[in-house]
Amino acid sequence: MSNMKAVYGTSNANYTRKIRTKSTILFIWFVILTVICLLPIYILIINATRGNHDISNGISFVPGTYLMKNIDTLFKDINYNTVFNVLIGYRNSAIITGFSTVFTVFFAALTAYGIHVYDFKLKEISYTIILLVMMVPVQVTSAGFVSFMLDLKLTDTYWPLILPSIAAPAVVYFMRSYMKSSFPLDIVEAARIDGSGEFRTFLTIAIPMMKPAIAVQAIFAFIASWNNFYTPNMILISSKFNQKTLPMMVSAIQASDKFVDYGAIYLAIALSILPIVIIYIILSKFIIAGVALGGVKE
Amino acid sequence: MASAAQRRIKSISYAKYGYFFILPFFLVYFFFQLWPLINTFVLSVHGNGKELEAFVGMDNYKAILFGDGNRSVKMVHEKFFIALQNTVILWVGNFIPQIILSLSLAVWFTEANLKIPGKGFFKIVMYLPNIITAASVAVLFLQLCGEAENVPGSLNLLLSKMGIVDYNSTSAKYDTIKFITDTWTSRGVVMFIQTWMWFGNTMIMLMSGIQGINPSLFEAASIDGANSGQVFRKITLPLLSPIMAYTLVTSMIGGLQMFDIPFLYHKDPQKVSDDLKTVAVYIYEYFHDVTSPKMGYAGAASVILFIITLILGCIAFYLTRDKDEIAKKKQRKKNAQQAKRENKQFGGLTI
Repeated sequence: MSNMKAVYGTSNANYTRKIRTKSTILFIWFVILTVICLLPIYILIINATRGNHDISNGISFVPGTYLMKNIDTLFKDINYNTVFNVLIGYRNSAIITGFSTVFTVFFAALTAYGIHVYDFKLKEISYTIILLVMMVPVQVTSAGFVSFMLDLKLTDTYWPLILPSIAAPAVVYFMRSYMKSSFPLDIVEAARIDGSGEFRTFLTIAIPMMKPAIAVQAIFAFIASWNNFYTPNMILISSKFNQKTLPMMVSAIQASDKFVDYGAIYLAIALSILPIVIIYIILSKFIIAGVALGGVKE
Repeated sequence: MASAAQRRIKSISYAKYGYFFILPFFLVYFFFQLWPLINTFVLSVHGNGKELEAFVGMDNYKAILFGDGNRSVKMVHEKFFIALQNTVILWVGNFIPQIILSLSLAVWFTEANLKIPGKGFFKIVMYLPNIITAASVAVLFLQLCGEAENVPGSLNLLLSKMGIVDYNSTSAKYDTIKFITDTWTSRGVVMFIQTWMWFGNTMIMLMSGIQGINPSLFEAASIDGANSGQVFRKITLPLLSPIMAYTLVTSMIGGLQMFDIPFLYHKDPQKVSDDLKTVAVYIYEYFHDVTSPKMGYAGAASVILFIITLILGCIAFYLTRDKDEIAKKKQRKKNAQQAKRENKQFGGLTI
């Protein structure tokens, strides 16, 4: 009996030790990955505060003293502020992203609601179409899209960047799934008895009830639109300086041969990612929960 | 008892509101997605130029796929296959490390008996690269990987500090690694960037898939004395296959669209590196050429890309479809037929 206990005891201790070793090794591995994830961004921030000469002479992990000078170069030097103006970039990206995000979530909720609540002949077909569309990559339609926009004389305007966001099939799919699980149709019936019109029911009852789904999708629509480089770059053909979005501004750094001060370059890149990183830091828990939801849906 | 109002409501048909509600979506969808798609097909069977040119049938497809004809047509053909090859290389080179990394991390993060502090923090950090603007990431890495011998980028400087890159003090020049112009090194950097940006996303999706597996299965396995490798192979992996299929398909479709990083990661400001030119860049260059756009080739290449996407999607879903579910369906069908037959025997009476 005592023999058995001893055997059991050692195996238990063995087990605990094994778990502890494994946990420690994994912890170190995670720390290494964290360093790999953050190192490029860390060097970016450090280099944004260093001078041109210092950057090309060696790597440093402590901030320099050239931040104000770099800001001056970036905003006041004519060689720089005619290539990259972060404020114009913020403004244009904010306009496009703001409208796109609102349109995406509002019309996706509207479409999902229409399909979920009402019974009509084309209901199933329209939903199937939406699911099929989800798989078509943007690049496939872009040649036809640009040539159509050229015909309509809509290139070099923001319309082709904002309006298409009304039809966001993946968001409709997500909202429909959400409604299936947490929007009982009895509520609509009850609202009708109380004399509420159909559209008013949607606005005042359905939208508030779908807030969690709308919030998650709004965040993702915002990030996708803010980071979009491909579509603005192909639609804003003349790439007028005042119309450029933030990613287009950043790409201009690469294409310019006058943009030579390394400190200013790093500062420009740092400013271009600043808003999205701040948003991420504030909303990271939300965003990660949202990504997880997206994984479950399939 | 139904009130008068309730009865009245039941008799009204609300079907028309359904159409009202989905109308904006389908209008916009038709104008901005379906018509451009059809237009791409239309362009692909017409000549090359800015406006819609004469009908040429399958000539553009023939030029791209077989390249029979004069030298410029041969170029179109060769460039397309180089672009396709680049796309496949870049995608495979980022997907394999990405899936290994994400899957192992997802398993470790969800293993209940491991005591690792700060799991939430690690998740947040690992997802961070995914939300940063890809254009900024490309330009950032272009700076970090700078290869000029007199003014190298930070990565070469770091390597020289570690003694990997030599520094010649007489000429004040570094023997830099060519992270931007060398074929395979530059591809390696792009693969690294893609993995860096996407492994966190894949990891979180796989994690939510693992968390969706019935916990009692893991409990039963641990009571039966299975080790973590066995649990992974016999439980996690088979039950995760639908989500793995989804990840594979979305990553593949995303890989075929790879644009931002290869488009911006090159030394010569005006010219995309030939080693990194993907199909998406190839199409873009044809329709975006300001002086002589070649809409026909762009359209045909887009349609080919579309067909490849469709085929890949179908294959992936076919390979990883849920076999148990299909078997169950068959069984159910069989049962239903049996029941029907039995019903007939009893003269349609249910007992």
